[in-house]
Amino acid sequence: MNGFILPILTVAVGVLLALGPVLAWTGSEGSGTAIGSKIGGWGTLVCCGIGACATLLHLATGAVPVFLAVPLGLASQSTILVLDSVSDLFLLVVLLTGAAAAAASLDDHGHPPATAPAFPVFVAGMVLTLVAGDAFAAVAGFELMSLASFILVLTNHRDVGVRAAGLLYFGMASISAICLIAAFALLAVEGASFAAIRAHPPEAWRAVAVLVLVLVGTGSKAGLAPLHIWLPPAHSAAPGHVSALMSGAMTKVAIYLLVRILFDLCGPAQPIWWFLPLLAMGVASALLGALRANLETDIKAVLACSTIENIGLVTIGLAVAMAARAADLSALAGLALGAALLHVLVHGLFKSLLFLGAGAVQHGAGSRQLTRLGGVIQRMPITGCGMLLGAFCLAGLPPSAGFASEWALFQAVFGAVRIGGLGLQILICVLAAILALVTALAASAAIRLVGVALLGRPRTPRAAAAEEAGPPTRWAILFLGTLVVLTGLFPGLALHLAEPALHLLANTTMADRAGAFGIVPTAELPGYAPLAVALLLGVAAIVIAVVLRARAVMGHRTGPAWDCGFGAPPAWLPFGDPLTQYGGGSFAQPLRRILGGVLLGARAQVDMPEPGDTRPAVFTEQAQDPVEAYLFAPIGRLRGHLSALTDRMHFLTVRQTLTVIVTVLIAFLGIVALVEQL
Amino acid sequence: MKTVAGAMVLLLHLALMLAAAPVVVGLIRQIKARMVGRMGPPLLQPWRDLARLLRKQPVVADGTSWLFRAAPATNLAATVAAASLVPSFALGMSTAGISDLLVIAGLLALARAAMALAAMDTGTAFGGIGASREMTFSVFAEPVFFLIVFTLALLAGTTNLDAVATLVASGTLGLRISMALALVAALAVAIAECGRIPVDNPAAHLELTMVHEAMALEYSGRHLALVEMAACLRLLVWMALIAVVFVPFGIALRDADGASLAPWFWLLGIAAWLIKLGAMSIGLAAFEATRAKLRVFRVPELLGMALLLGLLAAIFLFVSQGFAQGPP
Repeated sequence: MNGFILPILTVAVGVLLALGPVLAWTGSEGSGTAIGSKIGGWGTLVCCGIGACATLLHLATGAVPVFLAVPLGLASQSTILVLDSVSDLFLLVVLLTGAAAAAASLDDHGHPPATAPAFPVFVAGMVLTLVAGDAFAAVAGFELMSLASFILVLTNHRDVGVRAAGLLYFGMASISAICLIAAFALLAVEGASFAAIRAHPPEAWRAVAVLVLVLVGTGSKAGLAPLHIWLPPAHSAAPGHVSALMSGAMTKVAIYLLVRILFDLCGPAQPIWWFLPLLAMGVASALLGALRANLETDIKAVLACSTIENIGLVTIGLAVAMAARAADLSALAGLALGAALLHVLVHGLFKSLLFLGAGAVQHGAGSRQLTRLGGVIQRMPITGCGMLLGAFCLAGLPPSAGFASEWALFQAVFGAVRIGGLGLQILICVLAAILALVTALAASAAIRLVGVALLGRPRTPRAAAAEEAGPPTRWAILFLGTLVVLTGLFPGLALHLAEPALHLLANTTMADRAGAFGIVPTAELPGYAPLAVALLLGVAAIVIAVVLRARAVMGHRTGPAWDCGFGAPPAWLPFGDPLTQYGGGSFAQPLRRILGGVLLGARAQVDMPEPGDTRPAVFTEQAQDPVEAYLFAPIGRLRGHLSALTDRMHFLTVRQTLTVIVTVLIAFLGIVALVEQL
Repeated sequence: MKTVAGAMVLLLHLALMLAAAPVVVGLIRQIKARMVGRMGPPLLQPWRDLARLLRKQPVVADGTSWLFRAAPATNLAATVAAASLVPSFALGMSTAGISDLLVIAGLLALARAAMALAAMDTGTAFGGIGASREMTFSVFAEPVFFLIVFTLALLAGTTNLDAVATLVASGTLGLRISMALALVAALAVAIAECGRIPVDNPAAHLELTMVHEAMALEYSGRHLALVEMAACLRLLVWMALIAVVFVPFGIALRDADGASLAPWFWLLGIAAWLIKLGAMSIGLAAFEATRAKLRVFRVPELLGMALLLGLLAAIFLFVSQGFAQGPP
């Protein structure tokens, strides 16, 4: 039975890859046929569905690694595909979110975009990366994924902002490609297959170089600080179902490669300090992402920033697991790794849900800007409730899925004091405080997103006339919502899916600590039981309802909001003046003043005209990511200087040109001679 | 027998908490009034207010969604769920196995989120200002609380409140600087989370200074009754939490095989708990009567000090016992 699973997935990848050219052939720009886009959407949906069932079957039957050599590859070598427990877990995230995104892409938004053929290829690239059994297939899949997603980001390429976002994304993807190819080149000394790499793990300087290259290569794809700046613009630029997949699945594929290389291929015998760069990047991402999510004004940029934050949380879990593994604390490593993998699953699901909702809001209410939305939940009930559910996960409120994984992460961090000496313990203590700050910031961002965009009064006529998303998107939202609720109530069962992966990566287990009714951090101690908490909440709500029915006057009247005596709005402003309610900027004002000034250099300026002057008062606010200001801006300036320098070469006289050429030639020969000597 | 006793303790505890919550608020008002030379309303006035509100039909603001109407019940349900996890007079309640400190924090956060969303749903400036400030304060209060939980988890090896309380009540810890520092930090967090002076003024009349009251501004009738009840209960949950973690004397412990002790120990526990509540009410009233409300942007400074104390509490613990290294 197990023998069929990998061929099924391979065929699915093949079909998805074939769908691209077929779609491109059936429709070109402007004349794209609805039929072509329907074939693409349905094809991707079916492939993802079958793939997800096969993966679940493989996980359920013990996830014994299966191999397949496909006679297609570089230099007449065959490509090796492997399906093991780690691949399974990430495949599940990719295929489930892929199915939902494909379903949402079936929604009829006028003529299909010219970039639609790239969508199945995008999914195929991710699946190929996850089932790759050698370096070539892994890099090929990863780059296929990067390229296809780059094309998809450019869907609305007539917009200048979208083109700029695409260029930034392409630049970061190139950095990631260079680093990953270099990392695999350093790893594959005895052969490119993962088995060969595993047999000869890197040592000494090679190991350190691999660590750095992998952190940069996968970090720039996953959105780890300081390589996270592309996420907010690229996610905003892409259509809803694409950004759902980029955020929910693609960042996880990058995390998969990180886990695969650092935990599996590099072997278990790495020095303990390896977790420090991982931890630093994780903490920086979590903090920056959570804070920026409170300040962004575009709903998809808010969600993208929260993706940066959540990837940071996953990375913190991985860092703790790595340190615990190096210190031989097997139980702690299992808890930390389990928390990280659970968060991968949970975040993949709820973030796709939120992005699909955001895409539907953009289409139904005509804007992504917080300043142009409001009251959308009343016109878009299913989309709105789906986003509300996602926001509860984002805020980490019990008994949602987001709380379960964050709870496990906190337990792992609390347990991490056993790893080392006083210095590390103080570090862990600070880490716990930062983690709490991050979750509270995320909660604030989630409340702001829902409160401003979905609740309150409409800020524009377009938002007041918002239309509910079409049936495909509604089904996708319902599907993901159900999965999110189930994961929230049964996180122990989700952890059981990760059980073989824990064995493989850290030779540890959570089986004794994860059950159908909850998770415990240490065997035989009490833990978190979401079902019981949900039951407690339900019973309390029922009792409250019964008491009210018996004791209180039921029913209600409606009237204009009291608002401390402002009274009913006039007839020509049926919703009152929408600008009198709190918006995204005003909600974030306290945090911007208190934290934004230090971390993001946020400034607010009021340009108040003199008395008697009739020009309007102007309020401007600005904040800049420190990474942009202190890392990328200097690099950009350096590039400018260098290009100005090389530009001078174009205007040399013949004599000067000859001098330069001869000098370079002599220098080159000198170097060759020197190397020969050595 | 064990489960029956646990269930009885839980029911008695919940009845006691729900009955006492408005009375404690009445008591604090009474003491504060006496301190500033007024007679003050009777102790049962909050209960009378609740009964009066239940008799009135609520007026719901135009243009609000179902969330506005569902939020008060959600708020109270989450607070009641949190209350059922914090032991008052006896350990070993039926909920002991799930009374995790992080879950309690999460449930209180759920209550806060429901109120903040409802306030945003009214589409008024006051609702927004209240929600924004409430979430901002929580951003600074949460790290402090988690550091306290961290310290307790270091001592007890778990974040389970029942286990922590058992350890502290057994007296094996002795007097510890860490616990004292954590207590001060916990008081600051409790004041911020319950919206008491100097963070928020529960009797505010000037709209721009309100936080919690601004979020509840549009509520009336039974909705307002639920919101008021939840606010009273939240204060009592924090008092009970501080009592059970830091001053657990008199609480009915479990016997050797883990069952709850006999009912006369419960009576003793109830008496001790009431005394603790009275003392805390007097302390809180005296503190409030002699302090002015802080500016909104000074609150992070207060909570920053608390954060420092929380950090010190954990670090003192590391230093004092050279915390166990290696596998447990």
